Amino acid sequence: MAKRAIYLDYNASAPMKPAVCEAVAEALGWTGNPSSVHGFGRAIRSALENARGQVAEFLSMQAEQIIFTSGATEANHLALRGAGFARHLVSAIEHDSIRKAVLGAETVPVDGNGVVDLAALEALLQKDATPALVSILSANNETGVLQPIKDAARIVHAHGSRLLCDAVQSAGKLAFDLSDPDYLTLSAHKLAGPTGAGALILGPRAPFTAPMSGGGQERGRQPGTENVPGIVGFGVAVCEAAKDLSRFQKLQRLREKLEMGVRTITPLAKIFGMDAPRVPNTSSIYMPGVPSETQVMAFDLAGIAVSAGAACSSGKMDPSHVLLAMGASSQAASSTIRVSLGWETKAEDIADFLKEWEAIYRRLGKQGATAA
Amino acid sequence: MAVKAKHEKGKVKLPIYLDYQSTTPVDPRVMAAMLPFFTEKFGNAHSRTHAFGWEAEAAVEKAREQIARTIGADAKEIVFTSGATEANNLAIKGVARFYKSKKRHLVTCRTEHKCVLESVRDLEKEGFDATFLDVGADGLVDLNALRAAITEQTALVSIMTVNNEIGVVQPVEAIGAICREKGVPFHTDAAQAVGKIPFDVAAANVGLASLSGHKIYGPKGIGALYVRRRPRLRLEPLFSGGGQEGGLRSGTLPTALCVGLGEALAIAGSEREAEAAKLLDLRTRLLDGLRAELTGVTVNGALDARIPGNLNLSFAGINSETLMMELRDLALSTGSACSSESLEPSYVLEALGVDAAMARASIRIGIGRFTTADEIDHAVSAFAEKVAKLRRAGAPASVAAG
Repeated sequence: MAKRAIYLDYNASAPMKPAVCEAVAEALGWTGNPSSVHGFGRAIRSALENARGQVAEFLSMQAEQIIFTSGATEANHLALRGAGFARHLVSAIEHDSIRKAVLGAETVPVDGNGVVDLAALEALLQKDATPALVSILSANNETGVLQPIKDAARIVHAHGSRLLCDAVQSAGKLAFDLSDPDYLTLSAHKLAGPTGAGALILGPRAPFTAPMSGGGQERGRQPGTENVPGIVGFGVAVCEAAKDLSRFQKLQRLREKLEMGVRTITPLAKIFGMDAPRVPNTSSIYMPGVPSETQVMAFDLAGIAVSAGAACSSGKMDPSHVLLAMGASSQAASSTIRVSLGWETKAEDIADFLKEWEAIYRRLGKQGATAA
Repeated sequence: MAVKAKHEKGKVKLPIYLDYQSTTPVDPRVMAAMLPFFTEKFGNAHSRTHAFGWEAEAAVEKAREQIARTIGADAKEIVFTSGATEANNLAIKGVARFYKSKKRHLVTCRTEHKCVLESVRDLEKEGFDATFLDVGADGLVDLNALRAAITEQTALVSIMTVNNEIGVVQPVEAIGAICREKGVPFHTDAAQAVGKIPFDVAAANVGLASLSGHKIYGPKGIGALYVRRRPRLRLEPLFSGGGQEGGLRSGTLPTALCVGLGEALAIAGSEREAEAAKLLDLRTRLLDGLRAELTGVTVNGALDARIPGNLNLSFAGINSETLMMELRDLALSTGSACSSESLEPSYVLEALGVDAAMARASIRIGIGRFTTADEIDHAVSAFAEKVAKLRRAGAPASVAAG
């Protein structure tokens, strides 16, 4: 990367903060298995439990509620399988690790702003008395739109069902009440921790049977030797995120500049979910007439990293299921990119992005295209 | 905070780590390879749209290549997992569930790692039948019993290459040949084998092999499953999602951990012979030293068919928990770490026919890459002193003969 590289893909993976790097590097030098009873094992165990305490404190929960996993995909899987429900309700905008993990799920629709339709949720639960596991993420990974988790939990619980909330994209980005879901999942690398660590947090009324077989790690709920350095980094990352929360809110101003900028370049540009409450760092931007793949390649040539949607599927060409669920046309959904800012993003990065966005649009955009 | 790994030579630093089958320190070379991927090279390996992602992806693919080369596989046959527990779950449940409409029987062995035994037991609850093969006093499976156990209904044979408690090496090449002859896929948990004995997937006729990072001087939180492509073995994934790893294992790959596993395996491949010779010398020194000082020391399992870094010993008349409390400067274990808090007698030793008293008198000593001769000498004197002391304190007259 010859030019100054600008990273605007924090929702795919956020670079680790220096304090996290130091903690992980130090922990990699420790010897011992946390399940061993000798001094080496006990020292590692205490580091592991210290991190568990940090994550618990970050969420205002109890350490015993936290099950460490290899990441959020595995945490979501653990919740979906471990909860043992035969019936699943899944919001139309869930991450693939939930959407593709349950067969025959009923879909909870979203409105044009990308907010889950609570009336539709209630109707689905009323229609059929079978208790269900309802999956609604706290903030969507592509649009950043926040979901009414508290209200959803009230409805779900009133019908004797349980709520799984994938909180990967809201945790560490803003103060957001996550005390109501029965199952909560987190990823370390989305909040400037290391890849390879995540957690499932069980609420007090959450049924759970371990789907994986093995040793008795994580209170028998998730066997396998714990990734201690990763978990230690996760613990430091949540502490750092809590400390930097007000600084993170300032990204909203940069995002305003960004969104105002593209709409000044052309009024035909559209920001998905703009009228709904969102996490401060995420923007889903439609550029009339330019396929997302073309945009991200052009940005990459200019040294700017953005994505066409979720990273896991960003190699594929399907239009985003999230934008389609919000009522976007297939053409608009296929001409939208995700820009996500983070703790190292500066005002110059946004200015450079806008310059490039304008250049791409002037070169390739359909000036007379209709609004999305 | 945590006890630091020590790599200095010379003077003995206490405590001495003698639990290399439980976990190993990360090799400094492995750590050096990993660190850049925590800092400046932080991209998501699945981000296909920018250079940050490509750089991470290239590193992951290089690691996949290193792993494949070390075990004689093709890079396309390597699936990253969070560790050997997940790899074993994926292999056993994955094959069984994929072929469940045709085959309903599994063969494994009583001395397998808990995660293998539990996976098979969980499949029994799903309607599969299972045969748990016995082992001899040497800890090895009987090939005729294996041959007899395989039926038309057998979906998978799962037998570990190296046992985690007693270090014995199963005749995987012969097991693989029998499986091939019978047309049954063969899975082996090779977590304790790679880098310690020659291990080649083609030579052993294995269809599936589980690997672990932290057992071979790599990081925790990463492992791999080898899945043969020709002839192709099909698996049902444990969980779905973003579709990474060819749909077999969804979730963002931890780039630094993948790089660490690759580097650990590359080192294991290139240094295995020299390291095995060194460890064998150290183990001989240890066992000869103990036997010179003490009577009633029994080796559990075959000594000749064993990885060089393991000894599992019973000290007649001694309770191993009490002995370990006395040997505070030595980090030892009574069996596998996963169950070391439970204090139940080892099911592995029970399968060998070791009586309950001798099973309770057993200790696993794991030596490895950073163990020194001075540490072994220190351990010998410590064992000699404490075992003699405990025997004097409470021993019935018969123990010395044990």
